[in-house]
This record gives sequence, C-alpha cells and structure tokens, in this order.
Amino acid sequence: MSSSTTHTSTIGAIGAPSRRNTELALLAFAVVIPLFAYINVGLAIDGELPSGMLGYGCGLGLLAAVGHIVVRRFAPYADPLLLPLATLLNGLGLVVIWRLDQSEKLQNLAKAATGSFSPSAPKQLMFSAIGIALFVAVLLLLKDHRVLQRYTYISMVAALVLLLLPLVPGLGMNIFGARIWISVAGFSIQPGEFAKIVIAIFFAGYLMVKRDALALASRRFMGMYLPRGRDLGPIIVVWAMSILILVFETDLGTSLLFFGMFVVMLYVATERTSWIVFGLVMSSVGAVGVATFEPHVQERVDAWLNPFSDAVIASTGSDQIAQSLMAFGSGGVLGTGLGQGHSDLIGFAANSDFILATFGEELGLAGVMAILLIYGLIVERGVRTALAARDPFGKLLAIGLSGAFAIQVFVVSGGVMGLIPLTGMTMPFLANGGSSVIANWALIGILIRISDTARRPAPAPAPNPDAEMTQVVRP
Amino acid sequence: MNKPLRRIAIFCGLLVLALLARDNWLQYVQADTLAEHDKNRRVSIERYAQPRGDIIVDGKAITGSKEAGSGDYKYKRTYKNGPMWSPVTGFASQRIGATQIESIEDGILTGNDDRLFFTRSLDMITGKKKEGGNAVTTLNAAAQKAAYDGLKGRGKGAVAAIDPSTGAILALASAPSYDPSTFAGNTNEEAEQFGKLDKDKDQPMLNRALRETYPPGSTFKAVTAAAALEHDLYKDIDAPTKSPLPWTMPDTQTPLPNEGNIPCKNASLREALRVSCNTVFGKIGSDLGKDKMLETAEKFGFNEEQFVPVRSNASVFPEKMDRPQTALSSIGQFETAATPLQMAMVASAIANDGKLMEPYMVSELQAPNLDVIEKHAPKEMSRPLSEENAQKLQDMMQTVINDGTGTNAKIPGVTVGGKTGTAQHGVDNSENPYAWFISYAKTDSGSPVAVAVVVEDSKASRDDISGGGLAAPIARDVMKAVLDSKK
Repeated sequence: MSSSTTHTSTIGAIGAPSRRNTELALLAFAVVIPLFAYINVGLAIDGELPSGMLGYGCGLGLLAAVGHIVVRRFAPYADPLLLPLATLLNGLGLVVIWRLDQSEKLQNLAKAATGSFSPSAPKQLMFSAIGIALFVAVLLLLKDHRVLQRYTYISMVAALVLLLLPLVPGLGMNIFGARIWISVAGFSIQPGEFAKIVIAIFFAGYLMVKRDALALASRRFMGMYLPRGRDLGPIIVVWAMSILILVFETDLGTSLLFFGMFVVMLYVATERTSWIVFGLVMSSVGAVGVATFEPHVQERVDAWLNPFSDAVIASTGSDQIAQSLMAFGSGGVLGTGLGQGHSDLIGFAANSDFILATFGEELGLAGVMAILLIYGLIVERGVRTALAARDPFGKLLAIGLSGAFAIQVFVVSGGVMGLIPLTGMTMPFLANGGSSVIANWALIGILIRISDTARRPAPAPAPNPDAEMTQVVRP
Repeated sequence: MNKPLRRIAIFCGLLVLALLARDNWLQYVQADTLAEHDKNRRVSIERYAQPRGDIIVDGKAITGSKEAGSGDYKYKRTYKNGPMWSPVTGFASQRIGATQIESIEDGILTGNDDRLFFTRSLDMITGKKKEGGNAVTTLNAAAQKAAYDGLKGRGKGAVAAIDPSTGAILALASAPSYDPSTFAGNTNEEAEQFGKLDKDKDQPMLNRALRETYPPGSTFKAVTAAAALEHDLYKDIDAPTKSPLPWTMPDTQTPLPNEGNIPCKNASLREALRVSCNTVFGKIGSDLGKDKMLETAEKFGFNEEQFVPVRSNASVFPEKMDRPQTALSSIGQFETAATPLQMAMVASAIANDGKLMEPYMVSELQAPNLDVIEKHAPKEMSRPLSEENAQKLQDMMQTVINDGTGTNAKIPGVTVGGKTGTAQHGVDNSENPYAWFISYAKTDSGSPVAVAVVVEDSKASRDDISGGGLAAPIARDVMKAVLDSKK
C-alpha cells in the first residue's frame, strides 16, 4: 500500500512546498504593521515619535526572527500562516497595552488601588519573550507530537493539579471575584490557561484509544447512543472535576471553554451527532444549575441583559459592559484613530478582558473585523492542520486546541460586545496577561508541530524490485 | 474523522460570523445611539477638550477658559465678574452641564456646530486644532454694572433693560447671584459648591430677570392706561374720568383702597397715574372687561414665554376672572405676575411709540476666525398701542417722573418717563412688598433705553419700601450708564 495514494491529508504530501519564505514575508508585515501602529499612537498622544518605539520594534522583530529560524530549522513543513498571525496579534496587543499605559486615568486608578503604577507593556513584552521561548522549546523538544500520547494519564493528573492550585491556601489569589490566579515569586499566573492545553492532550490521548468503544459499544436509548460508563468514566471525572473546581473558583469562561472542547473532541472522535445533543443538554443543565447557586453568575447575566440600568450597575459595582458598548459605538465604522479614543473609561480591565473595546473604539468596525478575521484564520489553519494530520491523535489534538481557541475568542469577544454574558477570559495574544500569552504561544507551537508532521512529504516508497518488470519498454 | 472535522470547521466559522454580525450591529447600526448615550462621557469630554469660545460684551470677552489640570476634561470655563454676568451667560460646568447661552450656543462655543463644518474641515487639513466660536451679546457693560451694583446692596431683585428701538437687551441683572467659576470644573468640592448654591434658600442661581414672575403692582397701570386709550374708554388724558371715591368693586361690598389719602376722585388719567390711583385704574379695568384687558396685555407679551434666546417664563395676566378680580388684576394684583423682562418690554413699547420689538441678547455668532455665522435682525413683535396713544402715555409717564412718585429717576437734561409700583406680597400682604419701577429715557434721537427694576428687600422697614424710593435710583443709574455710553 503506497502512502502517497491512501494518506488522509487534503494537502498534497509529495513535493509540498515548505512555504518558509512565504512565512518570512508575512512575518515582516506582522512586525511592520504594529510598528506603524506604534508610531501612530505616539504621534496621536504626544505629537512625536514614541521613545520606546525602537525597543518594542526590535523586541517584536527579534521574537519573530527567533520563531521563524526555529520553525525553518525544526519544523520546515509547518503551516506558514500560524506564526505570522500570532506575531501580528501579539504585536498589536503590545501597541494597545502601551497605548493604555499612557492613559492618565488608568494610571491614577492603579495608584489609587495599589499605591503605584507600573506600565504593563514592558512586562507584556517580557512575557511574549517567555512565550516565544516556550514555543521554541516545544519545537525543539517535541520532535513528534505523537510522543504526547504517552502522557495521557499524566496529563490528566497534571490538569487536575493545575486546576486545583488556585485553591491552595497561601498560593491562590482572589482577584476581582475570581480565584484563578496563583502567585509565584511575585508573578501571578493563571494555571487555567495551561490546563487548557494539558486537558486537550489528555482528551486526545484517551479518546484516540477509546473512540471505537465509545462510538460502537453503546446502547440505544430514546434514539440516542449512550456509551458504557466504563468507557466514559475518566472523561466524565475530569470534566466534572474541572467544572466543579472552576465553579468554586468562579471562573465561568474557562468552564465553558473546557466543556466546549470536550464536546467537540468527543464528537470528532466518535462521529456521532448524539454527543452534540448530549453535550448541549448537559451544558444547559449545568448552566442553569450554576446560575441558580452562584450570585456571581446572576450578576453577570443581569449586567448582560441590562448593561445601562443604574440598579444593575450599582449591584455589580461596575459599568464595564456599558462602557465597553459605548466605546464600540463611539468608534463607529472607522474608529477615532489609535490613541484618540477614551476606552480608558472602562476602568481597570481595559487592557485585559476588555482590550477588544479599545480596538473597537480606535480602529472602528473595520479594525475589529480585521482582528476577528485574523482569529478566524488561526482557527481555520488549526482545523486544516487537523484535517491534514495523518494520525487520529494529531487530528484530535489539533481540533481540540483550535476548537478551544475559537471558543475562547468567541466567549471573550462575545462578552465584551454584549452578545453573551461576560465571563472574564483573556483575548489570546492581545490581552495583557503573562499566562495567557505564554500558554497561547505553546498552543501555536503544538499546532505548528502537528502541521509540520502532517505536511511533511511522505518518505519515498522503497524501491520495488518488481517495478522493473512492468516498465514500459521505450522504443 | 474528517466529516465531523469539517462540521466543526463550519461551527467555528459560525462563531466568527456571529461575532462579525454583532460587531456590525454595534458599530454600524447602533453606533450613533451608543455614541450619544446619556452615560457616554465622551460627549462631555469632547465638549471640554479645547478652550470654549467666548461670550462677548462690548467687544470684550466676559468668559475664558483655563486648563483644568487633572481629570478627563482638559479645559474648564472661567468667568470675569461671574456674579454680575451669570444671568446672561448661565454656566458651563464639567460636572453639572450647561445652561442659558452656554447651553443654547453650545455648538458654536465648542466648535461642533454644523455651520462650522467648513472651517473645521479646513482646520483638519491644515492640522489646526479645533476651536470654538464666539457669541456676541447686545449687553452694555456699564448698564449691567450699574444694575448689578444697584441691586447688590438691596437684597434680592432683578433688572432688565432693553433698547426700545431694536429690542436689544442692555442689562440683565439678578441678585443675589453666584459665580459660575466656582463650579466650572469636575472636582467634588465644586460639586459640593453647586449643591450648596442649589439648596440656598435665597436661590442665588435663579435668574430673576427672566425666570421669576412677581406681581407687578402699580407698574401694571401703564398697561391698563394703554388699554383705556386703545379701546377708546378715555381719549383725553387730562379730562376727568368717571371715578368715584371710595369705589366699591362690582359685585362686591369691598371698596378698593388707595395707598394713602390721594386725590383720585374723578382724577384725569395723567393725575391718576402720577399719584397711582388704585380706584381709577381698577375701575378702568372693570369697565373695559377682562377680554379687552387681556387683549392689550397679550399684545405686550403677557401669557407667552419669550426666547431671547434664553427662555423667560411667561408673565401672567389671568384669563379666567370675575369682575372684581379684573379690577384687581388691572392694578397689578390678584394673579397678575410679570417678569422684569416683561415689564421692560412694556416700557420699551411705550417709549418706542407703540411698536414692541422682539427682545434678544445674542447679536451675532462668530466662527473661530471671527467670520459672522449668524446675525440677529431686529424684528417687530406687535403693536400694543398706536403711535398717538403711545405719545399720550409717554406724556403721562413723564409727569410721574417730573412731579409724581418717580422723581428719584430724574436725569438732568434728559426726558424720562416711568411708573412706580409697590406690590403686595405674601398671604394678606404679610411680607415685605416688592418695589417696582419701570422707565425709559428719551433724547432727541429717540429712546435708547427702557428699564424695569424689581427689588425685594426683606431688611428694609416696611414703610420705606416704595418703587420710587428703592427701585427708581437703580433704574436711573442704568439709564444714565446707557446714555453716557452713547455719547
């Protein structure tokens, strides 16, 4: 059986161009565009070129260069779009975080809350560097993503530990009503961001082994296929635990993210639509259940339904949603221009959860649509990687990671734009926050590794001694 | 596994599509609603992002702008001699909002008005910062100062002065007053200051010249006299009227008293106005009936709000009343109530030979480069009385000044006409009455000023309160200031 005719990739395997030069060209854009945005902000706020421009420009350029060289060397057939798209978002995020650092209002707010103000952009640049370092480490250490299959159950334990960490007294911190941070050596880390990747590895490993059992060895009940408990057990346990823990940590966004990822991966593994129905039923039950017990959730729903109501603003103590909606509205189609909006009215979360509102106000509908399309493209490249992957583990892992990425983008942007209740997650790459940027770089690293394996040309078939016999005799 | 993968791809596509749709809804369909939402502070941030244009009196700005130093709002309003000018300017406060000219001409002052679109576009190209335009007022700084200084020592009161030939407002003072500079910014202290002013029982922020209606008392007799002449009840102002003394109001047993023992029996109109006979004018009102009185009063502007462009309250001449009430209303009591502006309009219509000009106080609006955007053209509002009758009434009012109750308003070498008033106030006249005075000055070239003064002095002893004593000197000073500035 020749692999060149039966492999499942939709991308031609033999002779597929590596596209590394395409990636390099795109990366140049991904560095130059934020650089111009940087200049734009500086000119708009101070009327002169920003002093840190070279620092940030070179920093971003250097990170992109390191990323590119490592990809060129260690994953030469990787998808050429993922790295430039992530770099572009990371760069734009840095610009807007730097822009919000200049806001006198936010500086005063920080001083009033903590006694001092320190700019977030330099820290974000440092975290981006750590993120790229992790990206490099993934590509260097993970020669083949299938290695990860071996760590299925270790991943399960690791994920649970990560999720439990914020509940450990002395380590966990409750910030703004959510107990999802831990404090290590002065840095606060959100273990949930990393748990996202680790859980995807566990689900992929477990489902790959059990998919046939889950898909076939099931009983039919009311038109739906219900699997046997022993097949589903570990998944249910992990999922339920994570949900429970997250409920205790009042981190709804991440719960939703895990659940969505779980349903997506289960559906892909078993190819049974009944899982979707099953998942939706469970999520509705879960959502209603949590909403009944958690005042935190009720507040969020109220704030979503009546963002401008004085009573709701008083009871939640924040008018962030209203301010965010007004920021989007004031931006209009073309925006006010970078540096010229007033999205700092949103308050302390302007550069993290609500960073998209600043894009909305200053770059307008056009800018936000571009940003959303960039996210869409990353997801699309991820799904394409899953399609191209030749092994079920790779397929499941790729779809799990890109599905989680898509859901995260949807939940955050939808919350900020008032489409769904706000759940408090970070916009991947754009938002200020170390864990988020680091974890997402690792996620991109894994996707690049899978896409490299998927697009790598199959080894040439072994020379067949019989082939000589059937050759056409040339005149 | 590829079939479900493709479906998941579609699902992810739908998620992104939903976000795109929502974004279009927010930033295209709903953009204007959200941008102009009450809670959207960007509107006021924008308003104070550059120095406001100025309000100008006699070619000089009475307002200014300075950098606020902190907070969202960059520039805050300053006022020169704020308490004196506040009835004209209103206030522009970052915390509370804007009133009066500051609010009405906000578009011009902030530079956001559509009529400034062209200059704005030019500035955008040349990179010039947005600037506000100016509102030029008709006020006369000297007259305003005379009016405000006159009131200041007198407790509460108001002055309105008008140029009878154009309707241009020359003075508009109110006391006690407030300084709008004290709460122009956005600090908590300033908000407290505003709260204190707002709760002050002396109501310093009330614009008494435009927004307070007082019983006009005897000054309303000028209107009644005009009605008598216009409706041909009496033609000769020196002929005796049919006025018994004491005169019992129709349908009642109550005689209408005069203030003191004055010669009102069958007094001529001139004489009755000179000594201010309640009996004569009460009977005129009752003889004419409420419809004719109402007709004349409304021609003078009663029962209608005036927009100068700041709104003034409607003065009241009651529409429903019986005969004794008509008699009382005709001497400025019962429900009759007038703003100082209204009584200044009465005096100005008489001084302008019967032609009432529409009062206004913004003469032109200027673009930031001082181009004139809008200029006010004087407009006739109505003709409450004929030229002939107006001159008869002027004759009568000049007698009041020359040897009647209004001698305090005499100005040497100038013809002055006027009417005093002392209006009862409080239940059963329990509180100190209001001292009223309306007058005009006349020179060879017509009348440059008509003025109405009302003083409510709770400290003065009751017997000292009279229009001639308290209010007439203020009116004289205002008229003198206008006359001097014309030289």
